[in-house]
Amino acid sequence: MYAFEIETPSTVQDAVAALKSEGAQALGGGHTLIPTLKSRLAAPEKLVALSGIDEIKGVRMGDDSRLCIGGGTTHATVAAEAAGHYPGLARLASLIGDPAVRNRGTIGGSLANNDPSACYPAGTLASGATIVTNAREIAADDFFQGMFTTALDEGEIITEVKFPIPEKSFYAKMLQPASRFPLTAVFVAKFADGVRVAVTGASESGVFRWAEAEAALSSDFSKAAVDALSAPPADGMIGDIHGTPEYRAHLVKVMTGRAVENAA
Amino acid sequence: MTKVSMTVNGKTVSGEVEGRTLLVEFLREGLGLTGTHVGCDTSQCGACVVHVNGEATKSCTTFASLCDGAEVTTIEGMANPDGSLGKIQQAFQDHHGLQCGFCTPGMVMSAAALLKDNPKPTEAEVRHYLDGNICRCTGYHNIVKAIMAASGQDVSIAAE
Ligand SMILES: Cc1cc2nc3c(=O)[nH]c(=O)nc-3n(C[C@H](O)[C@H](O)[C@H](O)COP(=O)(O)OP(=O)(O)OC[C@H]3O[C@@H](n4cnc5c(N)ncnc54)[C@H](O)[C@@H]3O)c2cc1C
Ligand code: FES
Ligand code: FES
Repeated sequence: MYAFEIETPSTVQDAVAALKSEGAQALGGGHTLIPTLKSRLAAPEKLVALSGIDEIKGVRMGDDSRLCIGGGTTHATVAAEAAGHYPGLARLASLIGDPAVRNRGTIGGSLANNDPSACYPAGTLASGATIVTNAREIAADDFFQGMFTTALDEGEIITEVKFPIPEKSFYAKMLQPASRFPLTAVFVAKFADGVRVAVTGASESGVFRWAEAEAALSSDFSKAAVDALSAPPADGMIGDIHGTPEYRAHLVKVMTGRAVENAA
Repeated sequence: MTKVSMTVNGKTVSGEVEGRTLLVEFLREGLGLTGTHVGCDTSQCGACVVHVNGEATKSCTTFASLCDGAEVTTIEGMANPDGSLGKIQQAFQDHHGLQCGFCTPGMVMSAAALLKDNPKPTEAEVRHYLDGNICRCTGYHNIVKAIMAASGQDVSIAAE
């Protein structure tokens, strides 16, 4: 790692001010950023640690019956505290990485990073959640802009994510056992006014909604409705040593079927 | 350099660290507590797991300065006060839960974190909890057995 200093603000306001300085970067749980720093793929002059900011931590029900999760909340806390409100999302959090990763990694860090194989982008997009920052509110449909790219501006901090709670949901994750990330995973959320299906780990453009499956499942929420679809095109899917684009396209359909079968 | 103070295995310690100093470097090089191992340094293997404020934490993926004021427990803190092996350590010895021993400090610390929250885990729960602890020698069966034994459960059915 190159050298840098660390600042530890205790309010969002102080963190935003600290991030204004040249070469400053936010540090959430560090479970993506620290490995990146070790391989010298990033060289910030200053890290602004968000872990001391209590106002962006925690899980609560909002007045509009959306589940509100602070941007600095760890995966372990979401797994434990969201379970009674939104079991599908709590389960997604409980499947991220391993216990030590879940004790440190945060939802804000995961969304800001937008890894094409990360779990939270799928749950967030399928829920039609709203990402709240220090400056504004961004709809999930506008937030994810391709691999490792989001609508966030420089120095903008995710302070909260607001999740509408579906009637039924499930996260079907095909594990890539070496990295513990999904090889491909699908989050299905059934709302009173329609079904949303979000896919991670498959497309070279990052998380996406599978429109054909959404249309089919909105009129018939059954595995048979998924079976009747053709898999999405392999063109533009990720191909690497773990799987070909064709394999991933096939997995999208299989995991969507599993998510529907298990939705509760 | 900034000054950092924390409680490690019940003792208050302090030292000077850089922003980039990792907790594992502070423990091993600053305090001489070399029981915590670095297996991968890429956040995957779990050999470096310690407890920070009671939570299993990869000390290779945590900055020392951010542990200011924290309670840290390492493998050196797992023995009984008289120096004999603690319950989980003894179970690893009794059930051959180690061969080269490189992964063992992390295994024991993860097992301790599991048993604190879930004193009587099922075999499946033990295996799931050890997702982030990699062992290149044992094939895991005897590690699972040791943890089942440390939780006071019948191990004859586990991992056969
Ligand atoms: C072994 C291992 C297994 C993993 N498995 C999975 C998995 O299965 N699924 C999965 O989804 N992820 C997985 N991860 C990644 C993990 O979930 C990370 O914790 C997460 O992607 C990043 O969150 P963080 O809080 O650690 O962020 P950091 O690493 O601290 O930061 C990541 C990026 O986000 C920025 N950032 C951090 N917080 C905020 C904020 N509140 N607002 C704006 N920007 C912010 C940082 O500046 C940085 O650019 C794994 C990681 C490891 C090491
Ligand atoms: S050395 Fe920390 S996870 Fe491998
Ligand atoms: S005993 Fe050798 S790595 Fe586990």
